[in-house]
Amino acid sequence: MDLDPEGLFRDDSDEDDDSVQEREANKEMVVYLIDASPKMFTPATTAQADDKETHFCTIVNCITHALKTQIIGRSYDEVAICFFNTKEKKNLQELAGVYVYNVTDREPLDRPDARLIKEFSCIEDSFMSNIGSRYGITAGSRENTLYNALWVAQALLRKGSVKTVSKRIVIFTNEDDPFGGLTGSVKTDMIRTTIQRARDAQDLGLSIELLPLSRPDEEFNMSLFYADLIGLEGDEIVEYLPSSGEKLEDMTNQLKKRMMKKRKVKTLSFAITNDICIEVNTFALIRPTTPGAITWLDSISNLPLKAERSFICNDTGALLQDPQKRFQLYNDKIIKFSARELSDVKRVSSHHLRLLGFKPLDYLKDYYNLRPSTFIYPSDEQTFGSTRVFVALHDSMRRLRRFALAFYGNPTRPQLVALIAQEEVTSAGGQIEPPGMHMIYLPYSDDVRYPEEVHLTSDDAPRATDEQIKKASNLLRRIDLKNFSVCQFSNPALQRHYGILEALALGEDEMPDVKDETLPDEEGLARPGVVKAVEEFKASVYGENYDQEEAEAAATKAGASKKRKALTDAAALKSAAHDWAELADTGKLKDMTVVDLKSYLTAHDLPVSGKKEALVSRILTHLGK
Amino acid sequence: MARNKEALVLLLDVGPSMHGVLQQVENVCSTLVLKKLVYNRSDEIGVVLFGTKETCNELAKELGGYKHVVVARDIKVVDEETTHALQNLPRGTSPGDFLDAIVVGLDMLIRKFGNMKGKQRMCLITDAQHPLRDPPQGTKKEQVDTIADQMKKHEMKMDCIVFRESGVLHNAVMDENDQLLYHFRERSVAKVVQVDSPTSLLGALRTRNILPVTVFRGDLEVSSNFKIKVWVYKKTSEEKFPSLKKYSDKAPASDKFATHEVKVDYEYKSVLEPDTVVPPDQRIKGYLYGPQVVPISSAEWEAVKFKPEKGVKLLGFTDRSSIFRHYFMKDVFSFVPEPGNRKAAVAVSALARAMSEMDKVGILRCVWRQGQGNVALGVLTPNISSVRNVPDSFYFNILPFAEDIREFQFRSFSSLPASSQPTEEQQEAADNLVKMLDLAPPGREEILKPDFTPNPMLERFYSFLDLKSKQPDANVPPLNKCLKRITEPVIDYQAPLIKKLGNAFELKENPKKKKARTQDRLTYTGADDQTKSLDELSAEKAGVLEALYPPKEKVGGIGDHSPVQDFEAMLSQRSSSAWVQKAIEEMQKYITALIQDSPDGDYHRKALECLAALRKACIIEQEPKEYNGFLTKLCQEFRAVDDAKFFQLLLSKNASLISKEEAPDSDVTEEMARNFCLKSEPSSQ
Repeated sequence: MDLDPEGLFRDDSDEDDDSVQEREANKEMVVYLIDASPKMFTPATTAQADDKETHFCTIVNCITHALKTQIIGRSYDEVAICFFNTKEKKNLQELAGVYVYNVTDREPLDRPDARLIKEFSCIEDSFMSNIGSRYGITAGSRENTLYNALWVAQALLRKGSVKTVSKRIVIFTNEDDPFGGLTGSVKTDMIRTTIQRARDAQDLGLSIELLPLSRPDEEFNMSLFYADLIGLEGDEIVEYLPSSGEKLEDMTNQLKKRMMKKRKVKTLSFAITNDICIEVNTFALIRPTTPGAITWLDSISNLPLKAERSFICNDTGALLQDPQKRFQLYNDKIIKFSARELSDVKRVSSHHLRLLGFKPLDYLKDYYNLRPSTFIYPSDEQTFGSTRVFVALHDSMRRLRRFALAFYGNPTRPQLVALIAQEEVTSAGGQIEPPGMHMIYLPYSDDVRYPEEVHLTSDDAPRATDEQIKKASNLLRRIDLKNFSVCQFSNPALQRHYGILEALALGEDEMPDVKDETLPDEEGLARPGVVKAVEEFKASVYGENYDQEEAEAAATKAGASKKRKALTDAAALKSAAHDWAELADTGKLKDMTVVDLKSYLTAHDLPVSGKKEALVSRILTHLGK
Repeated sequence: MARNKEALVLLLDVGPSMHGVLQQVENVCSTLVLKKLVYNRSDEIGVVLFGTKETCNELAKELGGYKHVVVARDIKVVDEETTHALQNLPRGTSPGDFLDAIVVGLDMLIRKFGNMKGKQRMCLITDAQHPLRDPPQGTKKEQVDTIADQMKKHEMKMDCIVFRESGVLHNAVMDENDQLLYHFRERSVAKVVQVDSPTSLLGALRTRNILPVTVFRGDLEVSSNFKIKVWVYKKTSEEKFPSLKKYSDKAPASDKFATHEVKVDYEYKSVLEPDTVVPPDQRIKGYLYGPQVVPISSAEWEAVKFKPEKGVKLLGFTDRSSIFRHYFMKDVFSFVPEPGNRKAAVAVSALARAMSEMDKVGILRCVWRQGQGNVALGVLTPNISSVRNVPDSFYFNILPFAEDIREFQFRSFSSLPASSQPTEEQQEAADNLVKMLDLAPPGREEILKPDFTPNPMLERFYSFLDLKSKQPDANVPPLNKCLKRITEPVIDYQAPLIKKLGNAFELKENPKKKKARTQDRLTYTGADDQTKSLDELSAEKAGVLEALYPPKEKVGGIGDHSPVQDFEAMLSQRSSSAWVQKAIEEMQKYITALIQDSPDGDYHRKALECLAALRKACIIEQEPKEYNGFLTKLCQEFRAVDDAKFFQLLLSKNASLISKEEAPDSDVTEEMARNFCLKSEPSSQ
């Protein structure tokens, strides 16, 4: 995506411009090329577990997961799934050993739909009988299935311009040496043509990625063949180092992460001093996922409706073209602004991001937050040397335990931001936290409120004693969430939303039962140790007889409701003295006093507010007249 | 008075020691009035100045004393005159006595409203530097008590803003004054803040009053049989840019009551019959699932959708270190113990203090109201109060769900190539920068603390609004100096350390990328001067550059010793296109001089090297016309002279005109380039 000074800082962008921009300008087409040779169906781990998961199975799970995520967040992207090294062939070019997987009512390369996900997720059961697996490139055979697969993938990606769409081919395989079975000139020939095929595709703007899987007994060796195919040199190979096959879960995690293409939101210039201005890219790593937009349909035909907006002058009723001027009522006068003036007012900074200084990390208070953070990572694309400056600064900030205060001159909302240097965190399953800086949006003085000071008394506020704090500490130790991780809960509302939609889209009758993972662990809280700690703390802060006191207080409240009951009864009695229906028929209701009218209303549990006419009409409605 | 109507008396110290910041006092008070004119038209406001030369207040007239206190404006409904009263505040001549001013303000409020209940507030801005008048009887502290009792009785509140420039030495008088102000706070009638820079002063006063509204009142359920009664408020909430209404100019000018508003109307039309409008009851909501649209009626949806029970439940506690700061998702909530409930306050205090001691945080699941469509999962952190009469409380931040996290992989810094790793010297320069640009230096208030930093965009909007009400065609005013300090660093760019940093790192524009004028891309063209024409702008920019990079500095020019290197150094040092221009000009001058001074073609080789370097640079920088023009001129000038050898050399080195093939901006074809050499050859013979 090219840097466009206008688009970068669009003035009219609203809060969610991140996601909108991502969807529109950054559409993606991807072909998943899955190796289906018998090697992929051998157990993926050495573990002696009963159900030995195969690499094939891992990949199917990962792709299903990716499709599900995609249908929620980026359903505009298009996907094709294609197996190679298959018995059957199914592709437009009629090439051997390549099978383009698809479901009915769908183009081979198209947006994923419910049926695709559903059927693909259980493909394993029928794979052998319908599609079949075989070794692709064998001695004596003239077929080059990898070459064929690349050819088919390239043909699938023919539609759409590379300028507006990013196109990817992702290869999944555990065979690091696909031409290993060959020798001599046949081998060199095949390697040469295959690599040439890949180069041609890359020249057309398609990117080729490899997600290698290591077999339990040996690491995937990139340098045998694939480094050449995807065009890696030196250092870059390190990045592609395949996951080790020890823990399948780690491998799955890593695959899932790698399948998502990084999408930058913006490119910013970051002015560190007047003459050091580096280039950084921003990424939205954390953004609330919301149920998708609603479209209105005609309830009879179920066809989408077109919404037409029109502007109408409130004074004359005349139809207007999109009015350009805005106004604000100020001191009862109308003050007009042009769009230009408003955007000028909002431009308070001359730079995208400007360093102001540094503060110790503990100066960043817990309540300095307004929006999800944005991640920044350096780029040398247009300014060489940016990464070097960034890395040096990152390292200094981390060691000196400082965060940087900077001004982010986004014209929608120019804001002070804190930049926190994030150290890379990795585990066996790969990167957990990437290295870079997190941009935290800070509030201004007018955005901060002081609710804790609203209800002040002259007396000192009650404070806990040391004994009570000790009891609380004990409680904290008892109710400890071990290994808590922020992303362990899925959003129950969203899961349910898409569960329902999926069921309806597939025409299933049964509504899915989605478990709410966010509920507290009642069982854990009922353990004797926990209960005891809670009881002790409760007795320490509330006193021994708290429950009893509460019950009494509740009883007093109940007393209040008893009183209310008595009132209603009295009103009922009073209202029974009149024949309301007759009064209504003879039109004498309006001659009654308000008190009398209200007695009827109270007796029938109706609202008693409003003027006399309102009361009368309410009674009439209630009587059905 | 209405629930949200407020009467406010501003008590402003205009004594000699305040003169330096009176401009900011004027600004902050004006903003307050402007916002009232927009949002709270019926609020009332009074202005009292103290430290003035004159004396003018009711108490002085009736009782005597209360000198140097002037009522600049009685308590009246806010109007345009209020802003006038706050412009050009008189520079007072006597040291201000804030207690006198408070009493005058109190007296005004009581006179005006008597025992009427309602929101009444005073706002004091002073430096509290000068000794106060001794009260006729009792001590000053007792006097404060008396005042506080009166304020309590009438339910008044006070905001005190004490301004002391950093570097002002504390003395006994100030300590005493501070004690008195803090005593107001202890009596729970006042809030006191201390600021030390004009910018913070602008942010210290809440310019818009927002009624605190609870998000939730009820139980914080630690377990099924232990609950703490809490009230939940918003702690931060973004004050948005006012949503301006669309303006319609259709109403005739004579119509005095025209609203000029625009109504936006939506009509839904069928795709099949574009002329028929589908009525609301014939519409049904369709939800997107990938490419499919699933129609579901509201009633159906209501029956199946996720419906959590109202309540705030604790899931457990965990280490603070397991929750990264960047996971905080939204604006922040505050959990305060139920007012008046001592037991709740003690329970909150005990938990908060234990959490703070053990560095733990709580994880909560919150459903604020019945019928809420989703749960909020978040982290509870302690807020230990440092003020005696403010209870301990919690902050609550929303955390992301699994679906909200996008796990992108980034290259680790350690695996970056050596060319992207800083050298030891560069690392040291970065360390020094971080140490030097310290915004929280010991012994003074934190600089640009968010709690005291005003929003420059909104400040500018409101002042522009006021300006426009007087001059409808006014231009957007530039940011004032104090607000500029929020958007720009206050650094001495000539400081050796900064210079060292600049020298330690080298940044270069990628020549392969399309040449989008760097300066324009990296900055907004003239943030404050959009009205100027482009020509003026570029002229000004050149001027700025001249100031930023005086020609004598660093790479001065091109020397005889190694002209090509000097030239390249100049090119790489530049941080804008102006430098390129300069380097090219310098090189051209040098080459001309070289040829002119060359008696027997001694310097021809050297000149040619220079010319080749210039040619290369002009291709890279996409300035082919510069080179072509120069070369043509050179030929015309020298071909008559006996410099034939030079042009032969030129031909041999293939340093002819830059053609279109080499640089798209050139209007010279390849053929013309070839012919140029041929043409020059015969003429030079």
